[in-house]
Amino acid sequence: MLFADTVVGDTGVHKPKVILIMVVVATVIFTLLGLNDTIFGEIMRPVIGEPKESGLFGNLSVGFVLAIILVINIVLIGFLPFRYQVIVVWLQLLALFLTFFYSFDLKIEFIRSKIWFMITQGVFTTLYISAISIILASFVAIFGAIAKLSSNGFAFAIASFYTSFFRGLPLLMQLYLIYLGMPQLGYVIDAVPAGILALTLCYGAYMTEIFRAGIQSINKGQWEASRSMGFGFGLTMRRIILPQAMPLIIPPTGNQFIAMLKDSSLVSVIGVWELMFLARTMGNKDFRHMEMLITAALIYWCLTMVLEFIQSRIERHYRTASH
Amino acid sequence: MSAPIIEMTNVNKWYGTYHALRNINFTVNEGDKIVVCGPSGSGKSTMIRTLNYLEAHQEGTIRVNGTDMHPRMKDVDKVRMDVGMVFQHFNLFPHLTILENLMAGPMWVRGIAQEEARKTAMMYLERVRIPEQADKYPGQLSGGQQQRVAIARSLCMKPKVMLFDEPTSALDPEMVSEVLDTMVSLAKDGMTMVCVTHEMGFAKAVADRVIFMDEGSIVEENDPINFFENPQSKRTQNFLSQILQH
Ligand SMILES: Nc1ncnc2c1ncn2[C@@H]1O[C@H](COP(=O)(O)OP(=O)(O)O)[C@@H](O)[C@H]1O
Ligand SMILES: [Mg+2]
Repeated sequence: MLFADTVVGDTGVHKPKVILIMVVVATVIFTLLGLNDTIFGEIMRPVIGEPKESGLFGNLSVGFVLAIILVINIVLIGFLPFRYQVIVVWLQLLALFLTFFYSFDLKIEFIRSKIWFMITQGVFTTLYISAISIILASFVAIFGAIAKLSSNGFAFAIASFYTSFFRGLPLLMQLYLIYLGMPQLGYVIDAVPAGILALTLCYGAYMTEIFRAGIQSINKGQWEASRSMGFGFGLTMRRIILPQAMPLIIPPTGNQFIAMLKDSSLVSVIGVWELMFLARTMGNKDFRHMEMLITAALIYWCLTMVLEFIQSRIERHYRTASH
Repeated sequence: MSAPIIEMTNVNKWYGTYHALRNINFTVNEGDKIVVCGPSGSGKSTMIRTLNYLEAHQEGTIRVNGTDMHPRMKDVDKVRMDVGMVFQHFNLFPHLTILENLMAGPMWVRGIAQEEARKTAMMYLERVRIPEQADKYPGQLSGGQQQRVAIARSLCMKPKVMLFDEPTSALDPEMVSEVLDTMVSLAKDGMTMVCVTHEMGFAKAVADRVIFMDEGSIVEENDPINFFENPQSKRTQNFLSQILQH
């Protein structure tokens, strides 16, 4: 929540002027979209006549009717309390999306026959590659952050070169460099380790900055108190500084994990059987690309929502742990 | 006469080109209570922080507990364990409970078993008269309580000498005396103390010697009676007249 004001004005969408403006704007937009020869036009055919004859009048009527429906919907939602507003709007948007997918004429049978394999093979691979990578990236980030904050020029140079390089190249290119480049050095690397290495190094570079900011945000007095009691550097970092930096580090790290979950789809290009790879290949034989892509999309989305939920839980834990 | 715990000889320190400590000489023997005062920016914090090597000096020697403090020293942590330090802003560990704050040092660096560390911690919490706060977090305590916890945290390390850097300056006026009382009782128990403070009542009550610093030098060092009744230098007289007006 932003700051909750104690003075509440009238609901904006219930002011006549606002309603009028919404109707006009929506009508104009829908009219410009030219919905005469779409399904909406079909429904109103008895009133507006054939597309060719109705022309602008047809577009305008369809647009106006749609605008009225939309505005009535908005006005009605305006009467609901916060919680129900959220639920209703979510359901409506979801319904719109499903209608959109539905219009592709998907074969549910086909999806049903493949989805189990997609989940056991694809989701599993995607999840474990991402999970291992984010854990390794966190370790890289801790050391990267310490090196970047250190007064040792050697450590700083390596860390800053590392972050600059891996933030500067597209992840896909890093993946190719590792997968195709390492064999040139005489070290053949499998696709999965190559993918994990690329994700670790790339996200480690971003997370180095997150950890650095987290560590730096801790008051200098915490260092002084620790050191004055005879705590060494490692002990101070582990027991005093990092635990306090965690509430600042966790939310953006959760964000990175969610981003990584989807970026891990890039490792499909080197043939790892994760979700994206399966989505691209399983539909090939039967020319059912859309089915598989949309299924994979929904699975990615569900995974993300689960992660968002977990993230909010962890954040709440850290918020209540102290104070 | 026992060996000095702290010995500073001809110590000089610069921040860049700024000469922060000028030729400091002074000695703290076991059981001594020393009060350091002087105007803001005169180098009091800098001096007291060189004693546990939170700040490095460039010239002269500092011996603490028989160990020479210098940049290449191996066992700085060993020295620091025996030198307690209380800060103006308490610097308690906010993610640990009061009890955990007190047990951390003994367990993590002294290697003391948990049960014993807990007992010691509770003993010192009672000593500073807030045992009932043991399971709270520092953020839930008042400033005066936090500073008393900070003192107890230092005591749990069983230090040979305690350093105080303006321990009451960040407190609301009504909380100053509870912290000073704790310090007075500590002094009565024979703790060796070096206190940077402007609490002249405290200085009169417990100090063996009062040191006045200005512009990085020790201008005057005397026993409290002579220091207050009969200040030698003009700068000391000015300073005293300023703070005693209130
Ligand atoms: N880290 C630092 N870098 C540069 N100058 C500093 C630093 N710390 C303190 N000083 C300067 O050294 C002088 C003495 O500071 P300090 O010891 O904190 O004085 P006091 O505690 O007596 O008020 C001041 O002029 C201050 O600006
Ligand atoms: Mg100071």
